[in-house]
Amino acid sequence: METLALVLGALLTVLCVLFVARPLLRQARENGPDSPAEVARVRLLEERDRALAAVKELEFDHRTGKVSDEDYRALVGPLRRQAAEALRALEHEEHPEREGSVVDVHG
Amino acid sequence: MPELGRAALVAALGLILYALVAGAYAAWRGRRRLLDSATNALVAAFAAVAVASLVLVGALAGRDFSFEYVARSTSRELPMGYTLAAFWSGQAGSLLLWLLVLTGAATAALLCNRRLVRQVLPWTVPILAGVAAFFAFLVVGVASPFETQVAPADGAGMTPSLQNPYMMAHPPMLYLGYVGLTIPFAFAMAALASRRTDERWIVATRRWTLGAWTFLGFGILLGAKWAYEEVGWGGWYAWDPVENAALMPWLVATAFLHSVMVQEKKDMLRVWNVVLVAGAFALSLFGTFLTRSGVVNSIHSFTESSIGPFFLGFIAVVAAFSIALVLSRLSLLRARTRLESLVSREAAFLYNNLFLVALALTILWGVVYPLVSEAVRGVAVSVGAPYYDFFAIVFGLPLVLLMGIGPVVAWRRASLRSLSRQLVWPAAIALAAGALLLVGGAGSSTAGLVGYTFGAFVAATIVLEFVRGTRARKSLGAGGWWSAFSGLVGRNRRRYGGYVVHAAIVVLLVGAVGIGAFSTTEQARLAPGQSLAVGDYTLVYRTTEQRRGANAQELRARLDVHRGDDRLGTLRAGKNRYLAEGETSNEVGIRTDWLRGEDLFVIADQFNADGSVFLKALVNPLVNFIWLAGLVFVLGSAVAMWPDAREQRRLAERFARDGALARA
Repeated sequence: METLALVLGALLTVLCVLFVARPLLRQARENGPDSPAEVARVRLLEERDRALAAVKELEFDHRTGKVSDEDYRALVGPLRRQAAEALRALEHEEHPEREGSVVDVHG
Repeated sequence: MPELGRAALVAALGLILYALVAGAYAAWRGRRRLLDSATNALVAAFAAVAVASLVLVGALAGRDFSFEYVARSTSRELPMGYTLAAFWSGQAGSLLLWLLVLTGAATAALLCNRRLVRQVLPWTVPILAGVAAFFAFLVVGVASPFETQVAPADGAGMTPSLQNPYMMAHPPMLYLGYVGLTIPFAFAMAALASRRTDERWIVATRRWTLGAWTFLGFGILLGAKWAYEEVGWGGWYAWDPVENAALMPWLVATAFLHSVMVQEKKDMLRVWNVVLVAGAFALSLFGTFLTRSGVVNSIHSFTESSIGPFFLGFIAVVAAFSIALVLSRLSLLRARTRLESLVSREAAFLYNNLFLVALALTILWGVVYPLVSEAVRGVAVSVGAPYYDFFAIVFGLPLVLLMGIGPVVAWRRASLRSLSRQLVWPAAIALAAGALLLVGGAGSSTAGLVGYTFGAFVAATIVLEFVRGTRARKSLGAGGWWSAFSGLVGRNRRRYGGYVVHAAIVVLLVGAVGIGAFSTTEQARLAPGQSLAVGDYTLVYRTTEQRRGANAQELRARLDVHRGDDRLGTLRAGKNRYLAEGETSNEVGIRTDWLRGEDLFVIADQFNADGSVFLKALVNPLVNFIWLAGLVFVLGSAVAMWPDAREQRRLAERFARDGALARA
């Protein structure tokens, strides 16, 4: 029993060492950290998603009666502007050559 | 094969230490292949711990008493289910279970988020390894389940109160919860260490957090069911320090699950959220410390041990590390938006967080104060139920009210006029329910009446939220009512799953208030043929019966149960004398009326030589709603966790260039 335990223990150790060493033996490309541009792009995408979700949420809340007509009118403009700004900033970040494109967030 | 178990644990410790050191170096220097190797080391450590666990399971199943742990926790007569559950009934086994679940969860989380960890959050690997290293060190060097001895003829058996089916499931559930909280902690700290404080750590760990929270909540309820049946005082939650130990991280995790929505919607509360994640994790460690150190005089402290100082040291390291990291990254965590109004959904979440955290801290103080008092002044004091009950009401009732108000308040700001319009119906329904209850005689307990009125208010809000939402979806052209309803829930799983969880809290409230405010108790010494009336029931004591159970001598008082002129059946309550353990346990008799949701609960406290028996009988109204709440809670969590293909696509597109989010 003791010998079997030793053999199984040794086998386990060898398998673990091979598994751990495998990535080091591979000729893989070492990816560098994300560029500042990539970090900025992710931030803009988050802002875009947040702004668009806010517009949708406001419209649904208005439809369920949670937001009054008066509140809706006061809130929807700034939110749409915010969403448009986020889309514009993202467009600029991804395609700096396309300036002045029109963004529609009403649909 | 204790040698194999020991070797596997030593190998696991070596692998975990390698993952810690190599992972930290790789994260610091940006070495991706070394990070992959460190990740593999954690995966291999899981395999090694699984081998060690199988060795222990084999020793338990074979009743190999040459293992000290097996001999201490089981006996030849112990039924096999409890014998296998002895894996986590003792200290060394439960620490091994912690390590097994932790390395398993770490493996799954790292493999599910391989690209995210590799390219954005490399510090996740060493942080997970750091936590695992602590538990691996404990099971290798301090409390090994693989210590051997000359096998005795029989084992010492299992503590009788642990011999209950709920005890087979309660500890693993709690451990899945405790350990599961390690994953959001590791990703949050890695996000700070990697200076990548965008939403990705939240998205990657969303289901882990919900899962851990669900396991913890369900585990708490399983523990309550165990206490109700096994400890036998007639209640379900006694504010025992070890019960509180699980409740505290659950409360803080609940606060996080709410406040993280504010971060996702409004990009606010970023510091607060990482503090909550770290707090929930530290409290889960504290919970394990309380359960396993024997430091608190509690019904749960079955073991006295030397692991206490190690745990305290590790909790201090985790707290210092988290605080230092948060402080050093404060500039990255600054909110980009502000609270626009005190009447808004985000403000409601903030109030809810304050009450939840205040309740958790109050409970923490109640648990810690006796320890501090004894350590500093040498005076042993205890903090009793009145302290906890007071704060549970002070913070709990506003929380229940917020559960009703929060969902109907709009994000950003809501006018008081539209808010009051939304609340008219729930308030009217609540007042009508309160009036009906008062007429029905529920006025005997003011707290009970208020609790039920608030519960009705929340229930009405939840129903109206579903109705209004379905109606709005239908008006948007969603087809029939069912299609509108399923579309509503399918598109907002977290929100509507959350409402189902709120409904579970209302159901729990119904049960807790029922047993807490409206239960009836009677006690008497009865000779055969004599009766005891309690509530609508009459118990007639017939005789005492004895029989030999699987591993205990069972003594029972046989009672006929009547309600009015109806004979409802027979109930047995008594004691078990466990032979191997040399201990006696109370075995209560419970008759459940599912229609009324109430229990007739009988404790046979004392059997006398003259054949008489001292009985205590309780009628616990609505107590079964507490257990029903557990099922509703799991249903709500499942809805909230269910994958949303639309959201997956959106996130995949958001992180496509990074390729940094394999599965949200």
